[in-house]
Amino acid sequence: MKDVIELQIWQIAAAYIFVVILLAIVRIKGIPREKEIIISTVRMTLQLILTGYVLVYIFDNSHPLYTIIITGIMEVFAINNICKRTKTKLAPKVKRIIAFSMICGTLSSLMYFILVVVNLSPWYEPRYFIPIAGMIIGNSMTGISLGVTKLVDGMTAQKNLIESALMLGATPKMAAKQVVDSAFDSAILPTINSMVGMGIVFLPGMMTGQILSGTSPVTAIEYQIAIMLGILGSVTLTVILFLHLGYKAFFNKEHQLEI
Amino acid sequence: MFRLQEVKYKDILYIKNLFIPKGKITAIVGESGSGKTTLLRLLNKLISPTCGKIFYNGKPLDEINSIELRRSVVMLPQTPPIFAGTVRDNLLIGLKFSEKPIVGDNKLLETLNMVHLNKPLTEDAEKLSGGEKQRLALGRIILMDPEVFLLDEPSSALDEDTEKAVMENLVRYTKAKDKTLIMVTHSTKVSEVFSDIIIEIKKGTVAG
Repeated sequence: MKDVIELQIWQIAAAYIFVVILLAIVRIKGIPREKEIIISTVRMTLQLILTGYVLVYIFDNSHPLYTIIITGIMEVFAINNICKRTKTKLAPKVKRIIAFSMICGTLSSLMYFILVVVNLSPWYEPRYFIPIAGMIIGNSMTGISLGVTKLVDGMTAQKNLIESALMLGATPKMAAKQVVDSAFDSAILPTINSMVGMGIVFLPGMMTGQILSGTSPVTAIEYQIAIMLGILGSVTLTVILFLHLGYKAFFNKEHQLEI
Repeated sequence: MFRLQEVKYKDILYIKNLFIPKGKITAIVGESGSGKTTLLRLLNKLISPTCGKIFYNGKPLDEINSIELRRSVVMLPQTPPIFAGTVRDNLLIGLKFSEKPIVGDNKLLETLNMVHLNKPLTEDAEKLSGGEKQRLALGRIILMDPEVFLLDEPSSALDEDTEKAVMENLVRYTKAKDKTLIMVTHSTKVSEVFSDIIIEIKKGTVAG
């Protein structure tokens, strides 16, 4: 196997030419996005450098507490991001359900993956635990964000249909079924689609990273297959939990729709 | 059957005292925005009064399970939605929602006949006209065989002849089965010809 090509500072700097090109294009076209592009590039650079140093420290000083803290920070950022991404103002009750679903859904999938699929020992080994947690939490965040948006929009748009079902004696579960099913479908579709295109249309980030760092493609693929299935499980579990509890937040104890 | 005492709903409706008897056809009339639909929604427990008490068969509404109540006091909104599927699916959905036994095609056709809707059960319900959809929705709640029908403008999308025929059948059915029918209507003719009692709502209160 060939040695890994270490990127020099000037080589990394050369990659920033793409940002310069993008800045030139938006300036020529008069699109007011320069500030956001610069801020996001700087944030991405600083965050990754910082994360790099943190990870080096944590990998060298492996301790369960570090792994738990990092996973906790990921969860908090993901939950905050989900609540911010939704255009509609979310009720505190819905936010609590998002947090509960994310924590329960991702942690149970993550622990199953770490303990059963990877059989990691010790379980908190940060070199494995943290990247896997990042992928599971990140993908679940995307899934649940779509689920939240679809549920909130669907409950509002289908208000008449839901109320009409209630008028006929339907339970809130029956009345909201169509909206909940559609939200579930929208939430898991991107994960299913990415599985369809994987390996042909694009090589996933984790696998590419492993291959670039010298791992055999076969090992990288084995990990990728396992992690994709783990992501699918976590997205499904998180979204199901959220939708199962989330639709109830739109009804009061008298089974009246509150929108 | 229904008794309302000092019922207030936000700034929309205030009813000091009202009694709606069992086995009668009661028409609720009044101008647009006077609170007629709000009254029906209160009786169906889709909303709860800000203050005051509503009694159904002598029992306060807040002591009755909302879902159980709605299964015996069924409401038809002014623009009833049509659910995705065929005429048959739309007729049966009320029975499914209220967890009542599903009936056979003969009963469905008999109900369609009662609401003067001559359409095959397999027809896509979305393709029906506004008036046909209204009659389909009416058929849907007749099939549920509830104790009380709360109808919000049940014949607003029907032409005069169809309105007369459908209302005559509905009145005959409710009388024969000793059901209670409470309907909101704009039509003076419908309220005068078909109802036993007329309640007028004016600016959120009972005028007569």
